[in-house]
Amino acid sequence: MGKLLSIEHLNVDFAMRTETLRAVDNVSLAVHRGERLGLVGESGAGKSVLGFSIINLISKPGYIDSGRVVFQGQDISTYNDEQMRTIRGNRISMIFQDPMMTLNPVLTIGAQMKETLLAHASISDAEATAICLEKLRKVYISSPGKRLTQFPHEFSGGMRQRIVIAISLLTNPALIIADEPTTALDVTIQAEIMDLLLELCESDRMGLLLITHDLAVVSQVTQRIAVMYAGTIVELGPTGDIINRPQHPYTRGLLGALPQKAGDSRRLNQIPGVMPGLAKIPPGCPFNDRCNMAGDICHEKRPPLIVKQSGNQVACHMVD
Amino acid sequence: MFAFTVRRILQAIVVMLVISFIGFAIKHNFGDPVRELVGERVTPEERAQIRERLGLNDPFLVQYSRFLVDALHGDLGRSFFFKRPVTEVILSKAPATLELVFCASLIVILLSVPAGIHAAIYPRRLLSRFIMGSSIVGVSIPVFLTAIMLIYIFSVELGWLPSFGRGETVLLFGFWESGLLTKDGLLHLIMPSVALSSIMLPLFIRLVRSEMMEVLESEYVKFAWAKGLQPRRVWYVHAFKNTLLPVITVGGVQLGIMVAFTILTETVFQWQGMGSMFIESVSRADTALMVSYIVVVGAIFVVVNTMVDLIYGLVNPTVRVAGRQ
Repeated sequence: MGKLLSIEHLNVDFAMRTETLRAVDNVSLAVHRGERLGLVGESGAGKSVLGFSIINLISKPGYIDSGRVVFQGQDISTYNDEQMRTIRGNRISMIFQDPMMTLNPVLTIGAQMKETLLAHASISDAEATAICLEKLRKVYISSPGKRLTQFPHEFSGGMRQRIVIAISLLTNPALIIADEPTTALDVTIQAEIMDLLLELCESDRMGLLLITHDLAVVSQVTQRIAVMYAGTIVELGPTGDIINRPQHPYTRGLLGALPQKAGDSRRLNQIPGVMPGLAKIPPGCPFNDRCNMAGDICHEKRPPLIVKQSGNQVACHMVD
Repeated sequence: MFAFTVRRILQAIVVMLVISFIGFAIKHNFGDPVRELVGERVTPEERAQIRERLGLNDPFLVQYSRFLVDALHGDLGRSFFFKRPVTEVILSKAPATLELVFCASLIVILLSVPAGIHAAIYPRRLLSRFIMGSSIVGVSIPVFLTAIMLIYIFSVELGWLPSFGRGETVLLFGFWESGLLTKDGLLHLIMPSVALSSIMLPLFIRLVRSEMMEVLESEYVKFAWAKGLQPRRVWYVHAFKNTLLPVITVGGVQLGIMVAFTILTETVFQWQGMGSMFIESVSRADTALMVSYIVVVGAIFVVVNTMVDLIYGLVNPTVRVAGRQ
């Protein structure tokens, strides 16, 4: 499998009033063609920032400090706004978290779909409409012709997310970045949307970068998982290995906090403490103050992300 | 949309009733219609007779309902100074004021929207800083000072523009004295409209800017960027259309307020409109005229607001549906 997207030593900084905070710290990650990769971590771990930095759409005052984003063989991190525009929504699409907020309330669904096509290809209005209808059918929206003239408030949350997915499919992108696509939906709809995403990625051999804090969701859909903590990747490996044989103490803690993994104990296991804010990341391993295995070296040296005995890449001094 | 329109019009009628009630209460307490009708020489007994005949001794509500019925027939009483029905007096003064407000609104809308959008999209540019800086200055200078400065610079020193009055007017439809159709009339309109707009313009610029900045931060604008749309489309279609909603509601009310603001401008420029008429009627204790000014301005205000709500319903799809149900 060739590399579709390769993030190399990426650093993303936020220039605050008095200091500069590093939200993504020396992250290297690859998505292969047609691969579904999960990016997991707590809120504030830098998952979304990493996702947005791929298409250089980080909210101010964030910016890419150094590193490369290579997409289909080209370093797109050096692209200017106009060059990046031809990538966004065209070869890399995004799906946002809250479908209630993602669609513009005063524009019809048709207008919001067609404009995406017209921004990237010189096609006629009729051709654009035909593609919109085809994609709406693909996400199982009934009577799509009528839907095009409707406004977002006339749809339920699940349907809106389907429409957002349909928008992301319009230009047959090579990669979809889905940032918590099911978090704002209720559980039954969540499963429906994930099944749909899985089906679409498989049928079109699309790459998927699924950003979520929900381990159940990633284990369902992805082939590999990257676990993020305080701006760094702490563990990376095949989904089955990560879920069944987690190596890094943080990953183990996360999985131990799941009800079905907690075993016989009546209480769910908790990782002690909270993830440090960006300004308070300890020296050495960022997880050292919450880790029950931490030794002296963990407070001095940051562990590199290297392949361990299990085959997973783990950033921990204590794992062999 | 139909149900929504009907509901808004019913609300407008209720507001008008309240205004008319307040207006009548003022008239009832301060005005003495007998004084307006007869001279000094009439004896107290004769006055009492006239009062009885005119129904002025009837209960308050009876008199109010009579006032209301008369008002609905277009009869708001007689001005004791002009010796004419007040509706006639106001109608002859209204065109001057309405044209002034119309021109000032045009200035406000045409300048504030582009200036506000520019300041929102490029908050760090020099031009944006200049716009925001001067809007603070503009909003802090009172209208009469702006007006006097304008007169001093453009009439006294430069001699470019006339300093008072409406200039040459054309009579339209038999009652509307318009200054919009002659060059002289338009020249006379420039300074009063600029002075009148000087307070609203900075407020509108700040309103458009802050609303636009808020919308630019929204998820759907971020999604529009993620779709790879051209910047023009994101700004002027996605962001601006949403900026319009609050601007229409707040802005419409502000433009209505401008009708009342004309009093100062009209006084400085000796503009023969409703504002200066009101000031004169106050100094002459012309109660009927004062009260009808309040009712008429109130009515204009209500009509503007109702229209604003209807336009809002056209722009905002969610309101239209609410009306349909």
